Amino acid sequence: MMSVGEMAVKLDGELMSASDMLSLGEQTLEHWITARDLEPTDKNKEGFRLLALHRQGAKGDPSFNACRETCRELVYYYNLITLDPEHVETLQRLNMMKLITSHLYYFITGKMEQSQLGEFCCSSKPIRSKLDGQIN
Amino acid sequence: MSDEREKYKNVAYYPGCALEGTGHAYNKSTKAIGKALDLGLEEVKNWNCCGAMEVKNIDPKLQTYLSSRVMSIASNEMDHDVVMAPCNGCYHNLKKAEYELENDQEAVEVVDQISNKAGHETYKAGEIETIHALDWIKKAVGEEELEKKIKGGLKGLKVANYYGCMYTRPRNIYPEKDQGEGSESTLKPHYMDDLLAVAGADNVEFPLKTACCGGAHTLSDSDTSTKLVLNILMAAEASGAEVIATECPTCHTGLEMHQIRAEKMFGKKTNVKIVYFTQLLGMALGLSKRKVGLQENISDSYALMKEKGIA
Repeated sequence: MMSVGEMAVKLDGELMSASDMLSLGEQTLEHWITARDLEPTDKNKEGFRLLALHRQGAKGDPSFNACRETCRELVYYYNLITLDPEHVETLQRLNMMKLITSHLYYFITGKMEQSQLGEFCCSSKPIRSKLDGQIN
Repeated sequence: MSDEREKYKNVAYYPGCALEGTGHAYNKSTKAIGKALDLGLEEVKNWNCCGAMEVKNIDPKLQTYLSSRVMSIASNEMDHDVVMAPCNGCYHNLKKAEYELENDQEAVEVVDQISNKAGHETYKAGEIETIHALDWIKKAVGEEELEKKIKGGLKGLKVANYYGCMYTRPRNIYPEKDQGEGSESTLKPHYMDDLLAVAGADNVEFPLKTACCGGAHTLSDSDTSTKLVLNILMAAEASGAEVIATECPTCHTGLEMHQIRAEKMFGKKTNVKIVYFTQLLGMALGLSKRKVGLQENISDSYALMKEKGIA
């Protein structure tokens, strides 16, 4: 699993393949789940692990459903691209998939930061800003 | 006119706090299109805050009461069957209160206790139907009638319809949605798309139409909100949109403010304009830009509308 920082670099970089972006979406969800001391599922929902991971991540936290449609859009674009890779709009669809993946990443990492979870536990923004202010 | 149409023609109007402040243009344009379409809006007397995020996070039962009071006044004191709330937050909270009062006996008791203390009739589930401004136009007018009233229209304006995340979530508080043909979808909402298409808009395929704009974190974690909004704006532009149509004052303000902030913080400028769907619909009905409060928006769409020959 890539670190949150590595994923940010990937999302800022060159256009990735549809499979890489789907995987990045899965890894983003894995961070949310592991940060809550759970084992990320290997199961699929409707043929996609991403959707199963989302369902797992939303258990006990209904507000997490605010990214449910984002996950489904990611799957939709993955299907569009992989089922017809020669389509004239494939490049546009890949660009769109990147924006959807980014949205999922910003939403989940934002939620983790707010909850002071995972990699953010010691660098959660409110605490860090305060400490930086005191040091400077 | 069918009984169904008649039911929604004159409704209680619950603008909510945002529409008296940052969402003033939404209030103005909602009333203006109501007038243009011969629909009646009677503002809920002495209404209060729906409980928004703040109360809901601290005391959900109190939020249920606050929303129930609005519904009680509209139903028991004003004798309305339908209350319309254009703000996604208010709409969501009234629907949530309705659900709680239907399914949670403790909530019923708390609401009854506070209502008695406050000296008004206790709201009981099912006494009134809460609808959004989108439902209102759809149900009271419908696409066919709306089409007849369009003057000039939106002339192929490329629009990304942005519904935000509270209009459809959680699904259990919206039992009328996902009921097949004609009903709204929680997965891929389309009411705004339907209405603006009739008004002449060229709706683009927009994958982030229900994505979170970070509205709840706009003060506590502005950077995350800015990133989320910037992503929505970039997706709208990548979809070919000239305008993002909104239906929630929180989303609308967030998109406008963070569009400016994104340029300052991350050096990313986006040009897509942010306009309430009621403003677009109003202009399509022949109302002037001023009448729908276009000058009140932070996002300046005057030049674009002029170039397109809209209102």
